[in-house]
Amino acid sequence: MQDGITRRQALAAGGLAALGLMRVAEAEAAGIAPKRGGLLQSVITPEPPILILGVNQQAPTLEVGSKIYQGLLEFSETLEPKPLLAKSWEISADKTRYTFHLQPGVLWHDGEKFTADDVIFSIMQFNMTLAPRARAVFASIKSATAPDPMTVVLTLAQPFEPFLLMFDVTATPMMPKHIYDGTDYRTNPHNQTPIGTGPFQLDHWQRGSFIRLKRFEKYWKPGQPYLDGIVYRVIPDSQSRALALQTGQIALTSGNDIEPFDIPRFRAMPTLAIETKGWEMFSPLAWLELNNRVKPLDDVRVRQAISHAIDRKFIAERLWFGTAKPATSPIASTTRYHDPAAHLQDYDPKKAMALLDEAGLKPGAGGVRFTLRHLELPYGEVWTRLSEYIRAALGKIGIALTMESTDPGGWASRMSNWNYDTTINYLYQFGDPTLGVERSYVSSNIKKVVFTNTEGYSNPEVDALFAKARVAPDTASRRKDFYAVQKLLIEQVPVVWLIELTFPTIHKKTLHDVITLGTGVQGCFDDVFLA
Amino acid sequence: MRTVLRAMARNRGALGGAIFLALVLALAAFAHVLFPQSPWDMAGAPFTPPGQDGFLLGTDSLGRDVAAGIAYGARVSLLIGAVSTLAALAIGVGLGALAGYAGGLIDDALMRVTEFFQTIPSFILAVVLVAIFSPSLASIVGAIAIVSWPPVARVVRAEFRTLRAREFVQAAEVQGRSRASIVCREILPNALPPIVVLASLMVASAILLESALSFLGLGDPNLMSWGFIIGAGRSVIQLAWWVSVFPGIAIFLTVLALNLLGEGLGEALDPRLRQGTRL
Repeated sequence: MQDGITRRQALAAGGLAALGLMRVAEAEAAGIAPKRGGLLQSVITPEPPILILGVNQQAPTLEVGSKIYQGLLEFSETLEPKPLLAKSWEISADKTRYTFHLQPGVLWHDGEKFTADDVIFSIMQFNMTLAPRARAVFASIKSATAPDPMTVVLTLAQPFEPFLLMFDVTATPMMPKHIYDGTDYRTNPHNQTPIGTGPFQLDHWQRGSFIRLKRFEKYWKPGQPYLDGIVYRVIPDSQSRALALQTGQIALTSGNDIEPFDIPRFRAMPTLAIETKGWEMFSPLAWLELNNRVKPLDDVRVRQAISHAIDRKFIAERLWFGTAKPATSPIASTTRYHDPAAHLQDYDPKKAMALLDEAGLKPGAGGVRFTLRHLELPYGEVWTRLSEYIRAALGKIGIALTMESTDPGGWASRMSNWNYDTTINYLYQFGDPTLGVERSYVSSNIKKVVFTNTEGYSNPEVDALFAKARVAPDTASRRKDFYAVQKLLIEQVPVVWLIELTFPTIHKKTLHDVITLGTGVQGCFDDVFLA
Repeated sequence: MRTVLRAMARNRGALGGAIFLALVLALAAFAHVLFPQSPWDMAGAPFTPPGQDGFLLGTDSLGRDVAAGIAYGARVSLLIGAVSTLAALAIGVGLGALAGYAGGLIDDALMRVTEFFQTIPSFILAVVLVAIFSPSLASIVGAIAIVSWPPVARVVRAEFRTLRAREFVQAAEVQGRSRASIVCREILPNALPPIVVLASLMVASAILLESALSFLGLGDPNLMSWGFIIGAGRSVIQLAWWVSVFPGIAIFLTVLALNLLGEGLGEALDPRLRQGTRL
């Protein structure tokens, strides 16, 4: 998967459309033919504020909006690009010119034709204005042109190997130029009635109750989508959601809909399937963040000791009931350029204590070596349990934690003011270390903003390796740099990586082809069917 | 005093309540002897059922001993119950006495303030206060005190208004004694019985309030309280019923004991209800 680009080029030329057909063929071979019809009942938590992607990029918005809007590409579970609105693409030999050939016959939900103008508008204006993540990457586009209405050519100032990953709907949705051009995107009156190219269009949104999507009859894939529509019900209480799933009122849950502690009981139900795939594009990695400015956390031996004191297997199995995996590296195992040989400090409290002794931190009264403040992550129960586990585990090696709890706003504000000793944090990796890992460790990103290098770790060697890998044109040299940076970071322990999260998708076994992409339930669902 | 105690002893409910409370107090006082390890320590395998591996009441999702949690939780519950009641009494008696003794405009003003607090649902106010001041022992005690003083103020005011008009108070005024002396030495001691009864019931409701706050995750994160154990165990109730049930029983019995005691005190202190006792 890591030698993506070269193979990608070859595959793109050959045309990947056959993949879709293959999947249907497989299903037919297994005795389940796609069947047209049926309404999918699902749930959305929390209710999104708006359905316009780009204006809002939060997970619930993406889950519903990805049925209405589409990107140029979509990505497999191994993060290989697959054609969507772009039926094929070419990359020049110097890796700076990307040519996309668009799918013909694509219509917006209001009947207008989808063309290269829409693509250029979406990239250079809509997402450039609204999405900070897109802006950071697209700022290096030197020119964006449309030689004909079905072709888009993007020229970069310098090679950027993970460039294609930016064309998933979750990063750069295609938006209708005829509706948004020249308006304020955030306050456009059409934001109440989203217009996309996706297989489903908004039918009715009863705020606080449900969002109903119906099949777009003029969708560009003939005969698809199979479902008549999708209903996302808004059920704020997690126990009520679990009950609705148990009684069969809803056929699909995802993300945080079902709490980890309820998973064992759904695993026992024969009518339901539980999948933890479909998060490869995001690969959320959770860690214990250590404020590197606070003494004695500035001592690498202390950070290593903390890493040795934590039993990651216990966290994955006992707190997340097996829906999470112990972390092995700062780059998650499902992100590109993960080093399969990488491994973190072993669970070894004796070694941890030896390291603390070596750092001159001898136990004082009551066996306490030093005290730190721990800010709990206010994202629900399991995160509180995690903080309690860490307090107990560190207590055993003589580090006392004083717990501090706050609300999500308070947490973000304390983080962005670096006002904490330790806390829990988790970040999406967006498929590539340059897109989602670099930001947490390079010194140029030490900012008073959440989800930057808030821990204040600074190492010129790490900075240089990330900078080199960012612009390296070929996968081999990027891999070398990323493997080196993983080794270095693991030894330096800027933060203590804990677990790779996967949010289980639970669905009735009668619902087919739900998770076929690395973006999981944030795919467009045009091939999902009930049978 | 002796007649009161004798009346109490004859009331079986009150006696039982007092004995049970004494046991809870002993449990709280000797928690560190019975369970030398911190209640937060992972003492055994997670979800050990009661009675296995030496865990009388089982362990929770992190392998923490539920029995140790209940013993240390008794400290927290009793401490918060007692301290917040004292704080509420201080506010309520102070304002009630002032309103009842002074009368007139001051009385009107203070009673409007009291009514203002009484019209806000007390639990919701407590939740808001704790959320604003971030959960800690001090903010929880403060919030409970703030939502529970108004009834005290009203009772004290009523007592003061009736006692103020009595001859012994008027006599003291005629003697030229200072106001402070009249309030503290003449009126207050006579107003005490209903306050004592009210206070014992307030301790019970403070324990319930603290448990409810902890259950919602608004407890002090450094203190193991009964409400916290229930809240943390609620989600795994299908896997491990014992985590929520035992602290629930502890809260239930303690609150019941306090109510029985309060009722017994009320009867013993009220001459009209004291039967067969010489006055």
